[in-house]
Amino acid sequence: MAQSEITQADSQSPLMAWAMRGGIGWVLSILPLSLTLYFASLLPTITSGTVLRVSYTWIPSLGVDFAFIVDGLSLTFVLLVLGIGTLVVLYAGGYMAGDRQIGRFYLYLFLFMGAMVGLVLADNLITLFVFWELTSISSYLLIGYKHAYYSSRSSALQALLITGAGGLALLAGLVLLGIAAETQTISELGSRHELIVNSGLYAPILILVLIGAFTKSAQFPFQFWLPGAMAAPTPVSAYLHSATMVKAGVFLLARLNPALGDTPAWQITLTVFGAITMALGAYLAVSQTDLKRILAFTTVSSLGTLVMLIGIGGEHGIVAMMVFLIVHSLYKGCLFMVAGNIDHETGSRDVSILSGLRREMPITFGAAALAALSMAGLPPLLGFVGKELIYESTLDARFAAAAVTTVAVASNILMIVAAGMVAVRPFLPTGTTRHSTPRHPHEPPISMWLGPAVLATLSAVFGLFVVQVMQPIVTQGAAAILGEAVEVKLKLLPTSITGYFLLSVLTIALGIVSYLYARPALMQAGKATRGALEDGFVNGFTDLVNNTQAFARWITRALQSGYLRRYVLITIGAVVSVASAALLTRADLSAIRLFDTPLFLWETATILVILAGVALVLRARSRLTAIAGLGTVGFGITLIFFFFGAPDLVMTQFSVETLSVLLFILILYRLPIFTTISHRYSRLRDGIVAGLAGLLMTMITLLTIAGEELKPLTPFYAEASYVEARGRNVVNVILVDFRGIDTMGEITVLGIASLGIYLLLTLRLAPADGQAEAEDSTGKEQL
Amino acid sequence: MKRRPASVIFATGARYILPLMLLFAFFILLRGHNEPGGGFIGGLVVACGFALFALAYSVADARQILRVDPIQLIGWGLLLALLSGLLSLLLGLPFMTGLWPDFAIPAIGKVGTPTIFDVAVFLVVIGVVLNVVFSLAES
Repeated sequence: MAQSEITQADSQSPLMAWAMRGGIGWVLSILPLSLTLYFASLLPTITSGTVLRVSYTWIPSLGVDFAFIVDGLSLTFVLLVLGIGTLVVLYAGGYMAGDRQIGRFYLYLFLFMGAMVGLVLADNLITLFVFWELTSISSYLLIGYKHAYYSSRSSALQALLITGAGGLALLAGLVLLGIAAETQTISELGSRHELIVNSGLYAPILILVLIGAFTKSAQFPFQFWLPGAMAAPTPVSAYLHSATMVKAGVFLLARLNPALGDTPAWQITLTVFGAITMALGAYLAVSQTDLKRILAFTTVSSLGTLVMLIGIGGEHGIVAMMVFLIVHSLYKGCLFMVAGNIDHETGSRDVSILSGLRREMPITFGAAALAALSMAGLPPLLGFVGKELIYESTLDARFAAAAVTTVAVASNILMIVAAGMVAVRPFLPTGTTRHSTPRHPHEPPISMWLGPAVLATLSAVFGLFVVQVMQPIVTQGAAAILGEAVEVKLKLLPTSITGYFLLSVLTIALGIVSYLYARPALMQAGKATRGALEDGFVNGFTDLVNNTQAFARWITRALQSGYLRRYVLITIGAVVSVASAALLTRADLSAIRLFDTPLFLWETATILVILAGVALVLRARSRLTAIAGLGTVGFGITLIFFFFGAPDLVMTQFSVETLSVLLFILILYRLPIFTTISHRYSRLRDGIVAGLAGLLMTMITLLTIAGEELKPLTPFYAEASYVEARGRNVVNVILVDFRGIDTMGEITVLGIASLGIYLLLTLRLAPADGQAEAEDSTGKEQL
Repeated sequence: MKRRPASVIFATGARYILPLMLLFAFFILLRGHNEPGGGFIGGLVVACGFALFALAYSVADARQILRVDPIQLIGWGLLLALLSGLLSLLLGLPFMTGLWPDFAIPAIGKVGTPTIFDVAVFLVVIGVVLNVVFSLAES
């Protein structure tokens, strides 16, 4: 409450008011714009075939460098990320106008932008992974931006869990790849292709890397998180979930193509999964009515196309992939912003009620129409070039060319239908009476139509000047993916009638016919199969999460009984079983010498005193007696440390014993009456566990004394202590210098444990709090 | 003093023992690098002293003469430990490299970053133990 008052006060200041009206977008877009221009200035260098590298040593002992590379592939991605980023930052200023948390929104957006730039420029496997994870985390924050809504939070969590799990698999895959290739530098992997493929690690590497890439780029069977991510504000959908982040998986496959590609496993897996994703996405897209969901499923389809093209590979496949990547980013970024404009200006995203917006929103309509033409693949837009290249490569595929081409044609027909639904239907009069929308539509402010207009114009310009603009960078990008120089000739219109040109004509004709006549049937079919193809995956995932949580609860119930004696039993029991297993299988027990040093009288006496103390504790009838007995044991051990010349230990043990006695006295009178409540059998069980623990410690101690291999450490510390660490007390020097980081960890743990005890003792949860907690946990279960 | 101490002899003894223990703890802390001692033991001794005082009088009295909340001691100690390790980063050396000045402070000796680290351990141990002792006795 107090916070909202403060923000309200802030919003009255002229600067904040201006920022909230959307002005902030103009200022903030300067940063990505300057970066775009900087990277654009590298274009001549890169297109001439030069590769730029920069590297800083990061963790030399692990071969990890903070290394970056600018080549055709990374430059293409960087320009897409930053260029579309500039427009999205500007767009978000208008779209999010009036949002009090706009600062937080931009923080997340720039966090993502930085992560994405780092990811595509990375030239080290670990560097790449770090940025990869950062994109997952910032995506989570952005999807869950409207955190007051349950659907936002659960979609964000779903996306994080899937991409996070994929990230873990990827980390394992990249580490294995680094081991197999004997280098972490990505640009050196290509030359070690033979080494990697024949290393025996190739299969696990391939599986793990593909899990990482498929989860990120929403490939079948992980495609369902992407439509869920549409809970994010539309600028985020336009940026992350169409033009940039979801392409990270595609980027990874392209980047690692020289290292992992060119094997039947790679080609078949990518082609099959890509084709399934392509078809499934296109099929589900045309049965949606929400603009953003239509676009989300077409994005899934396009990502499938890109993965399939990498799988088909060869010069045709890779060139088609590079061109289609740019085609898709331009038109999809544009169409998402158009969807945002419609939503923003009419209050609805439902295509079944939107119509005739052409008159009120002419500029948005123009942008949408151009982008949709590119999406449908009509000349002279860039999309036409992309589609021609896709058909050229599927016809040329090394296996199942006919099947792959059929799937591609079918998907593209559906894409034309989807393009019509997104860009034609809401704008043109449909003949029927116009439904009223929640708001009266009008053209949005310039910040919101500039982005779509620029992207749509680029779709046209890049198409018309495909040779001048696209050919140089696509050549270098394809070279980077293939790992060898290639000569690429792009052309807008075919010079002769080829098979793929005929396929293009067929696709466009069938697409238009389907849009006009087959839409109700497609809608019906989609609705009929929605339970299995759309909700089935989401439900399956939700079940998986719920079952995992149920399992965790079961484990917790089994182990966390809330009784201290049970915790002690479990802890000691676990230590004894694990350590004795290691001791019995690994250690040489014959090395133990039991009586090789004679005992002095005072040593024997001390041991007898300790034993007496133990007996006293066991037979105690009151707490005071038990404490006295324990104290006797503790001080007896202190004496033994003293006999064997360990003054530091003596002092520590002495202080600890004194403190324990003090503590006991402090709480003694607050404890309940001392009675025997445990059953005889449970005491017998405790006695066995305790006895085994004692036996284990004795064995370990004896082994440590007997073990020859442990000796060299003592002279090392004795030697190095004064020379290197300038201290004569070896124990202390080990604590604060040689193993200082351990000590730092220990004191941190001590501090946290102390805070925990403090909270347990002082925090009294009111019943109402307990109830709120219970409700919260049921909320989680519903995920 | 809010209430009569439980035992006059114990209470009087605790008042005189506490300063001696603090002095001794400080001595143990500083000699730790070359002779038996160090921050951990020193911290325990300090904690013993204050716990004894809390027993003789009351926890409120002990908190009063400690002046600092034990939880704050934990925080400051951890911060100091981190800073003592970060210092070497400024010179381009790995984290927690021991740095020793060439000059010695009279009566204390050379104070290097490990000494500072040891002081940090000292503070954390005092904070941890007293935090537990005080809250146990208060609950």
